[in-house]
Amino acid sequence: MEEILRYVNPYNKILLSGCGACVTVCHAGGEKEVELLASGLRMARQKMGKRIEVLEITPARQCEPEFALELAETVEKVEAVVSIACGVGVQTLVRHFPKIPVFPGVNTAFLGETSTHGIWEERCQACGNCLLEKTGGICPVARCAKQLLNGPCGGPSNGKCEINQETDCAWQLIYDRLSSLGQLDKLEEIIPAKRWGIESRDRGPRRMVREDLKV
Amino acid sequence: MKAGSHLERVLEKGMFAVAAEFNPPKGSDISVVKRKAGLLKDYVDAVNVTDNQTAIVRMSSIAASSLLIQMGLEPVMQMTTRDRNRIAIQSDLMGATALGIKNMLCLTGDHQSFGNQVDSKNVHDLDSIQLIDCVRTMRDQGTLLGGIEKIEGEIRLFIGAVENPFADPVEFRAIRLGKKVAAGADFILSQCIYDMNRFKEWMKRVQDRGLHEKCRILAGVSPLNSERIILQCKEKTLPRVPVPEGLIDRITKSQDPDEEGIRVCIEQVKELKEMKGIHGIHLMGVDLEEKVARIVEGAGLLPRPKVE
Repeated sequence: MEEILRYVNPYNKILLSGCGACVTVCHAGGEKEVELLASGLRMARQKMGKRIEVLEITPARQCEPEFALELAETVEKVEAVVSIACGVGVQTLVRHFPKIPVFPGVNTAFLGETSTHGIWEERCQACGNCLLEKTGGICPVARCAKQLLNGPCGGPSNGKCEINQETDCAWQLIYDRLSSLGQLDKLEEIIPAKRWGIESRDRGPRRMVREDLKV
Repeated sequence: MKAGSHLERVLEKGMFAVAAEFNPPKGSDISVVKRKAGLLKDYVDAVNVTDNQTAIVRMSSIAASSLLIQMGLEPVMQMTTRDRNRIAIQSDLMGATALGIKNMLCLTGDHQSFGNQVDSKNVHDLDSIQLIDCVRTMRDQGTLLGGIEKIEGEIRLFIGAVENPFADPVEFRAIRLGKKVAAGADFILSQCIYDMNRFKEWMKRVQDRGLHEKCRILAGVSPLNSERIILQCKEKTLPRVPVPEGLIDRITKSQDPDEEGIRVCIEQVKELKEMKGIHGIHLMGVDLEEKVARIVEGAGLLPRPKVE
């Protein structure tokens, strides 16, 4: 909240945009959160003696041009936009509205799974070169603090990571899974140095083109 | 001979090797290196020079190892994958070899959250097993990782790795050791041992796989004192090592816990010396240098061999 107030400090009329897709599902940036944050901002600014007008909108999917462009008319009426979509959604607005400042309203954290109601856990880092076949379907790139590909470090105890006792050791999970599948022999295989430089983010931003879907 | 280091010669001749941990100074002060080197010389076959252990910034392992060579000691240069990608790793190995370093120890490295630069980004471009494979490729094929580009000159390194027999999943630990040996590890330093029974269980698995015949295992030992035990029992410190209750009682209830810790350590060394598949010991611990001479002498491991 403090961060957002700092971003919008110079402005008196802003647009707060949510997104109807992933951030709605994870209760971070849907219509409801837009409503709550908007009134929070109004109250905070009123307290500061510096009233702000906050318009609200929640397109179905902010990262798709058709939906993002629904904001075009409203954007004309404000001085700045705060988006509580993910970092992708923020950048979609940036690309379509070159003349207006767009600020992130959330810190996009990870690609997670809803492990149970109210708990999300990181599962994939979109590394571009999937190892799940070798590791019993559990990803050490996303779930090991050291991204170790050939087994656990010397730290885990009671099946938990030494860095955070609430985090399962990825390699304990891999061991248990392969054990129950009767595939412990898979652990003997040395996984060679990963090609971070070919498929992963380290090569630079990635781009996917599907000729069959182009219009 | 793979590297022709003193440590390799001692182990190849079947002699019981003695190594000790060496923490470089937290700065550039060479007098610290000199003082510690003086305490270790003639009592050990090699010194295991840590690489920013527990992610606390210290003088680089390469530089400290090079200084130790000048002082007449033989270093085992530690290298972690935490702080270097494969470009830096291979470059540093070329430099280390040029400086006369002949032993190295391949590690993942303690997580940065335990150290004094908690906001740093860890690298882990390679893991420790891939690092072993990388060093072996450079040494035995004379090429960089990937196997194509030739290296100018030789990279002659005796390759070490570590294993913690006590960490979860324990059933995986011997398998993982096997992977390290298959990747090219010539010698292994174990995590420090207090629970001899659990260590024997691990050694049994190691022997079942015949690994004790494919590499040289140096067992880690560290003298306990009451302060250390209390810290360990709180389990807030690295490394996570089980200490049996009986041992805790013996040390904390003794009149001089520090002395009792040394006595226990000497007993452990004597027991390990007789154990099948153990080829030496590795003395570990903070400010250990003062105690090394007494432990080595007490365990009857003097004089250290001169091998040609």
